[in-house]
Formats: sequence, C-alpha cells, structure tokens
Amino acid sequence: MILSFLRGHTFSHGVRVAHHKEQTASRPIRRLPFPERLILPLDPHIGKPAVPLVRRGQEVVRGEPIARADGWMSLPIHAPATGRVVALEPMPTPRGPRRPAIVLEVDPADTQEMGWGEPRDPLAMDRETLIAAIQESGLAGLGGAAFPTHVKLSVPPEQRVDTLLINGCECEPYLTCDHRIMLEQTDDLVTGIRIAMRATGVQEAVIGVENNKPDAVAAIRAGLREEDPIRVVVVESKYPQGAEKMLIKAALGREVPPGGIPAQVGVVVNNVGTMAALGHLLPRGEGLVERVITVAGPAVRRPGNYRVALGTPIEFILRHCGFEGKMGEFILGGPMMGSAVSAVETPITKGTSGVLMLHEREIEAESRPAEHCIRCGRCVEACPMHLNPCELGWLARKREYDTMAERFHLMDCFECGCCSFVCPASIPLVQYFRIAKSILREQAA
Amino acid sequence: MQWQALSDVFHAVLFMGGLGLLLSLLLAIANRRLWVFEDPRIDQVEEMLPHANCGACGTAGCRPFAEALVRGDLNPALCTVNPPDENLRIARFLGVEAVHVERRVARLACAGGIHVARMRAHYEGIGSCRAAALVGGGPKRCAWGCLGLADCETVCDFDAISMNGFGLPVVDAERCTACGDCVEVCPKDLFSLEPVSHRLWVACRNRLDGDEAEADCEVACTACERCVKDSPEGLIEIRDHLAVIDYRKNRLASPVAVQRCPTGAIVWLDQVKGSIRGREAKPIVRREPLPLEPLALGSGEEARGHRDAM
Repeated sequence: MILSFLRGHTFSHGVRVAHHKEQTASRPIRRLPFPERLILPLDPHIGKPAVPLVRRGQEVVRGEPIARADGWMSLPIHAPATGRVVALEPMPTPRGPRRPAIVLEVDPADTQEMGWGEPRDPLAMDRETLIAAIQESGLAGLGGAAFPTHVKLSVPPEQRVDTLLINGCECEPYLTCDHRIMLEQTDDLVTGIRIAMRATGVQEAVIGVENNKPDAVAAIRAGLREEDPIRVVVVESKYPQGAEKMLIKAALGREVPPGGIPAQVGVVVNNVGTMAALGHLLPRGEGLVERVITVAGPAVRRPGNYRVALGTPIEFILRHCGFEGKMGEFILGGPMMGSAVSAVETPITKGTSGVLMLHEREIEAESRPAEHCIRCGRCVEACPMHLNPCELGWLARKREYDTMAERFHLMDCFECGCCSFVCPASIPLVQYFRIAKSILREQAA
Repeated sequence: MQWQALSDVFHAVLFMGGLGLLLSLLLAIANRRLWVFEDPRIDQVEEMLPHANCGACGTAGCRPFAEALVRGDLNPALCTVNPPDENLRIARFLGVEAVHVERRVARLACAGGIHVARMRAHYEGIGSCRAAALVGGGPKRCAWGCLGLADCETVCDFDAISMNGFGLPVVDAERCTACGDCVEVCPKDLFSLEPVSHRLWVACRNRLDGDEAEADCEVACTACERCVKDSPEGLIEIRDHLAVIDYRKNRLASPVAVQRCPTGAIVWLDQVKGSIRGREAKPIVRREPLPLEPLALGSGEEARGHRDAM
C-alpha cells in the first residue's frame, strides 16, 4: 500500500515502452475535408451488421440514418456527408476480409453542417429511453474494440455496478487523440459522463489518466463541478495500462476473475473518446458520423490529430498528411495492438484510433528472424494477465490449441503483445496466440 | 558372522519373494474378478483398418471406428483411407452389406498463383496462411484467394498436398484420403471434399465482377454468365457474382460449359490431363511473379494546396 503511493497506481507486470507522443501531443484537433468517396462497412461495430435503408443512387443528407440496427447487439449507421449512394458491395475493412459496405459519393459542395437531429435533454429522460437514444446515435466504443455503447451501459439489475470507470490512459505509443479530446472537449466529456452515469444508475465515476498527461488531468479537474461525484485518478504510465482489466486493478484495486467481465466486480469501463462523443451527440440528437484520429509515425509529413468523417479511406489521409517513400507500412491503431493494413482503400471506422505510418527502413530494423527460445522467462514477467507465454508458444508450435485453452488459459490473453515485445529471441508469440484463438473460435462456431 | 550375513540375505529373499507371490496372486484374482467382456472382433477389425487415425470417418480414430463398426452403427465404406476391396473384406467379415461410397478428394477453389494474381502488399511475418489472414486479410488483392503459405501442406498427414512454383497447393488425388484436415485449416475456406465424378469445377471464389475481378486476378470469375448460357438450364447459376454449379444435376455437366469462359475460371477436370481450360480462355504466358506496384500517392503537395484553398 505504501509502495503504491510511491509508485503511483498501477498493475503488476506489463512493459515500459517509448511513448513517441511528442510528435502530436501538442497539435490541436483539426478537421480534414471530405474525401470524394466514403466507404461505410455495415459492421464497423462488434455484433450483427446493420441493415441498409438506402438504395443505389439514393441521395442522403449528412447525419441521416442510412442503415438500421438489426436487433439489440447492433447499431445504426449515419451518413457522414451529404451525397449519393453509388454502390453496396464488399469493400476492404480494417479487420481484414472484404465485408458488405455502403459506398457514398460525397457532394463537392457539402458543408460540415448537420442536416439531421433534434436537440433534447438527455438528463431528463428515463433510463430505457436514454439507452434507446444511445443506440440510435450509433455510438460504439471509440477506443478500438467498437463494442456497442448502449449494450455496455445497460447493466442487468442482478449485477450490482457501483462505479463508472472512464479510460483516459491511452497507453499505446504515438496515439494522442484521447489526450487532445480531454484537453479540448472537456465539457462534452463531463456531460457524457453524467449521461452515462444516469444510464447505468451508478453513484460514482472515476477517470483514470496516465501520469504523462498532467495537463489533461488539470483540464478535467477544472471542468468538474464541486458536487459532481466524479474524480480523477492518476495512474502510472505503463503498457498496457489502458486495458480494461489493468485499469480496474490500477484505479480501483479490484481484480476481474479469469474469463469474467468488469460488471462482475461492479465496474463499467468506457473510453474518454466515447464519453465525449456521447456528451456531444445526445443533447443534439445526432448520430456518430466522425471521430478523432491521430496520424503519426516517422514517415508522415504533417502529423497531427484530425477529425475525420467515418468511412474516409486511408489513401485520402495519406495523400492529405503527406507520406515519404514509395512503400511502407500503415498501421490502424497503435503500434502495439493495431493491425497493419494491406489495402490503401481501407476506411476509417468507429474503432480506428489512429493511422501510423512507417518507412521501409523502420520495418526492416524491427523484423529480425525468430530464434530459439532460451527460456529466460521475460515474457512471463511481462504478461499482465499472468499467463505463461513461453509454454503457450511451445504448444502453439505443436498446434496443441486445446491444451493451450484448457490448461494455460489462452482465452484470457487479450493480445496486448507484451510477450513479443520483450522476447530477446524475437519469437512472434502474440501472433501465434492470435492464430490459435482464431482456430479455436472457428471450432467453437 | 558369515552365517549371520547369509541368514540376513535369506530373510530378505524370502520376504521379497513372498511379497511378490502375494501381490501376483492379488493381480491374478483381480484379473478374473474385474474382467470385462470385449468383442474380439473389435481387435480383428481394427487390424484390418489402416491405423491412420485421421478422423475422416467421423470418429476420433481407428479404434472408435472399429467399435462403431462392430456395434453396427457405421458402415465400413466410410473409411476413405482403406482401398475399397479392403473395406469389402471388413464388410464380409462383419456380415454387413457393403455400401458403395464414391471416392472424394480435396479440391481448391482458386487458381490465382503469384503469376496471375496481384499482390497489394508485401507480407512479413509468421509463414502461415492463418497469420497472414489476420493481418488485413492477407497480402493478395483478391480477398478470397489462396494465400500460398502452405498451411494445408503442413497439416496434410498423407503428403497429398504440395505447393507448386506459383504458390498454389496441388492435391495428389491418389494420396488424398478426404480426411478434411485441409478444409478445416484453410483460413479462406477454399478447400472442399468433392466426389471424383464432379468434373466441372469453378476454381474461383472472387465475389467481384467484371474488370474489378480481373484486376485482382487474371483467372478470376468475372460473372460474365457465358457458362450459364452454354450449359443445360439450372446446372450453373451466378450467385454473388460467382458461377455456382448445382451438383445435383451433375449428370448434365459436360466440357461445353467451360469453352467460352474468357478467364478460364471454370475448368473441366480430367483424370489424365488435369484441369482443362476452355478454348477461348486467354493464354497465360507469364511464369514469373507479378511485381508489387509502389504506392501512387505523390508527395502530398497537391493535397496541401487543396487544404490551403479550403
């Protein structure tokens, strides 16, 4: 306990990574113009794909719903710009395979004005109406997983949830969009938290922010009223501090049981970006049509934080922010957990928090051939879930996927990549686990 | 003193020997009392099975299959590894009627080797299709095509799959036992087990049409519908911009359907000559891999001008 005061709040294990945040942390959020074409996959969120409401050739207004939610675990999609629907066909997505998408040709005369939405007071609504309004807004977790926010906020009565935890850690290197949102959209953030507290019925909210963002902590504290039951907890800068379970441990001292969800220990976790969007959209009655992304990396000419329309292809962002070199690597999300994309027409979706651009030489410097495991145990010391990546790696090579899941808790791995990061033999451990998990998921289905 | 030592040895031998006798007696009694009757035919049938433990029959291995055979739950013909006359022997031994099950082989629904299918990125990482598929769907432009990293070759227990020079798996029909391991491992679900009499075959899964499909891969199905028009009604239909053969009408199939295919995506499989492309299919002359195109994005300067104008 005394030690935790000295060290700041944190969890055990994990790794320390170079932050690389100075490139963009001081750059205010700017708007990017609309691209010529927007690509809107029908499943930018986790859950069932949305059902299109538009036909080819139809004209839509910015903010208009163009696809409706298909049941509870689904979200509607709103047109991010005024224009015409030109196609409904499979297009590349950040998750990889081509998925059905609505392709929108943007009207060149379009403005940023929203053509849809009725202002209202979300704090005067009852809980059911509020949850329904959140679903209508199409809001999904903007931190990366894109889990529908209304599902997260509707807590079943048998689970006693007492705390709303807001994740402002942003532990991934390079990314600073959440940092900028905390600084620039503090009012929206606090409004969003009040709405979320009303929707969940919790009495207390805690915002966890890493100690490398003191200005964000000060800004939020200044934005809070005396009577707000909201407090800010400063946690240590360590990767993966922003992982749900790690943050709960660090900020509240509670531990989620293996295979469990935060609600089992009375917590609902949401990202700051999601809360700010909630606070912005709900009082206006609008739908989610844009998000803030960080464009960073050594190969980008004009790095920064940009507010982009959902569905903007990476190609447009590359062209707009400038890119050095002929070939390179583009990563959607942060360098630790983000995924490399192979198609430049891949669009920004609700779960994309950044675009990272690397040169060929940086990739070559990083890609070393895997050598033999020397059983040094560094991965065991790094794993924040206290798994045994070394043993799991051996089993993965032998394709003993069932043993991995049954005896070594493979399914508790959330693919943070600490094990691969520290491995001195550069064994691609987390990649092996992702293969194993994809096969096990397929077998279960 | 010597006598004393000898007597000690004698005692030890007597004690250990006695203990051994007693325990063996116990074991002998246990063997009698706890004996379970097991049909001796199970062992005999298992002897006649190939001991491949591949699971193609649907049971966990040859022993459970033998048990199921003796119980009469399954038919010997389900074993695809054994030659048919061997299965007939088992059937006769068990006194059941031998059912004829047509031989099946694994087939790949892709012909896009690296000489005809374009890449959109260069993949570096674990040399496995599964891993590549998790990175943005893989480096191939065609999102449905074979990734060519040989997961199927690795998983095949019968050495029936080998990769050719264009990064495509080739199935040796003689060795393939239709165990289904490759079907399960392929992240793009390109393998399926087909009866050998299904000779009309669409070697493509690309769900784009026209030029878009052909831009991905030179041998992609462009959904031009020529094969649909040239074949008896209902045999082939276009579903999701892809020719789909209705094998319930397989007896209507003939090589006529493949003749006018412009890309050669639909083929006629011949036991001797391999897959035969249509007469009008464009010839494939290139043998070397298609080069990876560099990004055509410019320096971003024109984009800056665009922003300043805003």
